[in-house]
Amino acid sequence: MSGLPLLSLAIWLPVIGGLLVLATGADRNAGLARPLALAVAVAGFLVTLPLYAGFDTQTSAMQFVEMRDWIPRFNIHYHLGVDGISVLFILLNSFITPLVVLAGWKVIEDKVAQYMAAFLVMSGIMNGIFAALDAVLFYVFFEVSLIPMYIIIGAWGGPNRVYAAFKFFLYTLLGSLLMLIALIYLFFQSGFSFSLLDWHELKITLTAQTWLFLAFLVAFAVKVPMWPVHTWLPDAHVEAPTGGSVVLAAIMLKLGAYGFLRFSLPIAPDASRELAWLMIALSLIAVVYIGFVALVQTDMKKLIAYSSISHMGFVTLGFFIFNPLGVEGALVQMISHGFVSGAMFLCVGVLYDRMHSRQIADYGGVVNTMPKFAAFFMLFAMANAGLPATSGFVGEFMVILGAVKYNFWIGFAAATTLILGAAYTLWMVKRVVFGAVASPHVAELSDIDAREFAILGALALSVMAMGLYPFPFTEVMHASVDNLLRHVAVPKL
Amino acid sequence: MSEMHPLALYVPLAPLAGALVAGFFGRAIGRAGAHWVTSLGVAVSLLLSWFIFQDVDGGKIYNAAVYTWASSGGISFQVGFLIDKLTVTMMLVVNFVSLMVHIYTIGYMAHDEDNWPADSLAGRNSYQRFFAYISLFTFSMLMLVMSNNFLQLFFGWEAVGLVSYLLIGFWSNRPTAIYANLKAFLVNRVGDFGFLLGIGLIAAYCGSLSYSDVFALSQKLASTHIELIPGSPWLLVSVVCICLFIGAMGKSAQFPLHVWLPDSMEGPTPISALIHAATMVTAGIFMVSRMSPLFELSDAALSFVIVIGAITAFFMALIAIVQTDIKRVVAYSTLSQLGYMTTALGASAYSAAMFHLATHAFFKAVLFLGAGSVIIAMHHEQDMRRMGGLRKYMPITYLTVLIGALANAGFPPFAGFFSKDSIIEAVHHSTTAGAGFAYALILAGVFVGGFYSFRLVFFAFHGKERFREPSHDAHGHDAHGHDAPHGHHGPVTPHESPWVVTVPLILLAIPSVIAGWAMIGPALFGNYFGGAIFIAPEHPAIAKMAADFHGAMGMVLHGLMTLPFWLALAGAATAWYLYIVRPDLPAVIKDKSGVLARILEEKYGFDRFNDWFFAGGARLLGRGLWKGGDQTLIDGLVVNGSAKVVGWIASIVRLFQSGYIYQYAFSMIIGVFVLLTLWMNRA
Repeated sequence: MSGLPLLSLAIWLPVIGGLLVLATGADRNAGLARPLALAVAVAGFLVTLPLYAGFDTQTSAMQFVEMRDWIPRFNIHYHLGVDGISVLFILLNSFITPLVVLAGWKVIEDKVAQYMAAFLVMSGIMNGIFAALDAVLFYVFFEVSLIPMYIIIGAWGGPNRVYAAFKFFLYTLLGSLLMLIALIYLFFQSGFSFSLLDWHELKITLTAQTWLFLAFLVAFAVKVPMWPVHTWLPDAHVEAPTGGSVVLAAIMLKLGAYGFLRFSLPIAPDASRELAWLMIALSLIAVVYIGFVALVQTDMKKLIAYSSISHMGFVTLGFFIFNPLGVEGALVQMISHGFVSGAMFLCVGVLYDRMHSRQIADYGGVVNTMPKFAAFFMLFAMANAGLPATSGFVGEFMVILGAVKYNFWIGFAAATTLILGAAYTLWMVKRVVFGAVASPHVAELSDIDAREFAILGALALSVMAMGLYPFPFTEVMHASVDNLLRHVAVPKL
Repeated sequence: MSEMHPLALYVPLAPLAGALVAGFFGRAIGRAGAHWVTSLGVAVSLLLSWFIFQDVDGGKIYNAAVYTWASSGGISFQVGFLIDKLTVTMMLVVNFVSLMVHIYTIGYMAHDEDNWPADSLAGRNSYQRFFAYISLFTFSMLMLVMSNNFLQLFFGWEAVGLVSYLLIGFWSNRPTAIYANLKAFLVNRVGDFGFLLGIGLIAAYCGSLSYSDVFALSQKLASTHIELIPGSPWLLVSVVCICLFIGAMGKSAQFPLHVWLPDSMEGPTPISALIHAATMVTAGIFMVSRMSPLFELSDAALSFVIVIGAITAFFMALIAIVQTDIKRVVAYSTLSQLGYMTTALGASAYSAAMFHLATHAFFKAVLFLGAGSVIIAMHHEQDMRRMGGLRKYMPITYLTVLIGALANAGFPPFAGFFSKDSIIEAVHHSTTAGAGFAYALILAGVFVGGFYSFRLVFFAFHGKERFREPSHDAHGHDAHGHDAPHGHHGPVTPHESPWVVTVPLILLAIPSVIAGWAMIGPALFGNYFGGAIFIAPEHPAIAKMAADFHGAMGMVLHGLMTLPFWLALAGAATAWYLYIVRPDLPAVIKDKSGVLARILEEKYGFDRFNDWFFAGGARLLGRGLWKGGDQTLIDGLVVNGSAKVVGWIASIVRLFQSGYIYQYAFSMIIGVFVLLTLWMNRA
């Protein structure tokens, strides 16, 4: 590809812009930090648009490739590129960032520059994760992405933020240590290469594949998160500020799932097939078990956090049934979940900013005082429950179709989300939005302002557009997913 | 074949446009603007449907895609329209009833602000919102019936469910309304769960979701076996059809998924007529008729259908006889009539089911809208024990409701007679296993139907005027919001409703009288539906009936000598005796019948059981998994256990740390890059 190094721009523009924002310094300059951060975030989104516009849907090869030496001694390269699996996540990430900046516009009054900078830097780093084709580069980005989130929770979080931040950090760090060992093993096996594309072609014995698979599993399962390593997520969400929850749910959870597609499946395809039963079982537990747990939550953020875990169960399920409907459905579900869970957390943020409570029991009858907000909340709740014509339906539908094809009973178990997802989401809506005005506090609520309307409106449009016309999304994936599945089907012992 | 009717797209889009305008610009265009724009949208849609009907009646079938929604795994998911006789019939019925309901709503919701607390912002434009919703419903229902594939069918299926949810809970300040709408949505989701699995099986084995592709492969489905339980192979087509029918059981409120429909009466009465009587609840009937090429290949599925239908037809009718809320009587009557339609499907008499669907849409809309008219006149009183003698005060409502009741009970020559009698006759001739059982139940149901229909008429419109008596029991359901002023509780003198209410009643009463007479010949025996409905040669019910059919007049004369007529008459006579001649008797009978009355009043205990077992059980399980699994096992034992170890290490490391974590964590990010590069490149 000629022209601008688009992927580098997507990574470094927000990072450098973030550092500039940081340089505005103390809160007396917050009036400068905010618009600057928004400008950087919007620019960061704009530079990713050519990635979609110029994307060739006919090939499964990496596109927009950039390749430079980084540490020649260890054959480590600054190697970037995207295919149909990764490109959409860079777009999603860059789309969410301006919304997050806007969401923190008024609420964050303490350490504004640092707050904005953390999100911008994190956005760039996560683009790096999706674009990296060199394992060391990937690993560095993957690990470093923890730090801004750790700070966001630790510095702007709720009363229990230290426990939550620590739990978050510990869980994810322990997981990735095993990945590091796996990467070093592969480095030696491949004759000193850190190129992911080389590793995809590497012949490995089933035993070694199994160990590799398990090492990656621990790292990625924590991130997704899969049952039973999911308990950090509800705590992290509850303590995180709204923006942190949005990025965590919308983007960070996707890193683990992306790892399965970039590492586990292509590097250890035989082990993936051997252990598919385990992955399917864990995924279905996430869908069903977590669905029931979500039902009884009394804290809105916890409820949505559990709902996220359940929805991510659909993603991992889709990956390991090895058919195009499943994998593409899972990818669609990841994008949609980015919109929907992000929007749900923003909605809770809107309420929290006014009432300083996330307890469902403190609300009731919100529609009487915030009808515009209630309409948005209803839409996102329906998307969360997988209603057709919203993005939430598309992925679930495709994965369920793929699952029924794979095995009727697996489809059966997965489809219970139709009932469970509707139950926990709409029961919350009933208690929060509907009913008579529950307290004097609710009676005094003011409806969303123009800024909040713009944020929720952008997400609402995305949710509806993707639900009504997901074709542009699935179209991008075909070549890469087909190639991946062909690759996985061939033994490489 | 693959041709798009030039007007087809505008049929659903016209009501959608109305809904969007009224929904988003409701405040700007005002109340009159909202009801005009939405009514106009539906009127345009009705007119276009009529033009399309002319073309389809000329023998044409339109089947074409509008756009490709998505593609994956070799399946192209499309949005498209199939317009044949079956579709166009539904389009006309839906649009006609919808237009009547739009007009009626102008009167019914005229004082809706009384139903909201004075300071509620949601109450400010509730009138406009209501019109937006019913037009959105019309759009969704049209998308459902016009679909040429399973994906869009499911779209419409869930979309009508959504609007139904929004409308049942329209008066969202009432606890009963928001309980009912959640219940309706979840019970429907149980049905959709089965429906989606059926669609999944179709996609897996046919590789397409387009009706025409799937029907072309129906023989393959009928010759494939799958072993859902190892060792017991099932015909694939049976599994598919039963899964699809579970969807129909949710939407069309068939036993045991019927429980949501009576509660849905919490919604404003116009939508009870439109959604929960005339159109949405018949989506299941329409769907099974549409799928006749599949259902015909599965005797197991047909038996399942006929038994479920007959149980619904009879046992739900029984509950109607103990209800005192005027809307709930009509609601249970709707359940029973839906059961009749389902029974007809099981007997392979799809055209009879569709015929009853159409006539029922008219006469049940009349009954609901008539009940609504009474409710307005009674200042939102729904309890029939506080009515009586209303016929003097509201003659038009009385006459139209009487026509509705006559049709509902199946008296010749009203519309319901032709359609219901056809169903009974078809089941009589049916060879489906379970048809004998079904025949007995639906015959008995005719007596019950005659009874509850005329119990309503006599109880509400005849006899003593009880509305002047002082109130001593709880207020009716269709009542004001909690904070609304309750000013008018004294004796009321009911009066006839305004013309926007009575004109739709009259316009719907006309087809309730003549539709059966006019339509039975072509609809049932004249091959009206053409290729849209497929009946296997080994299911002869309709063919046998056709041989016996000698015109509508002949059917009426013959009908007077058959058992169903006398059963209905006996039912009506019993109602007359109990509610006109000896109004003291019902209470005595109720006391004497003890357990039996209790069972009916408890609606066989379904609500109680579901609340206890499903709602309670799910919460119990969720709490168990959360506290026991997540908190105790995973967090308590594993995570915090390791955290303690780490915490101990950290307490040592902490000596090296201090100050502002965010500051030097940022330097960590940069540091990692710099150090890696420098250190590793130093050689």
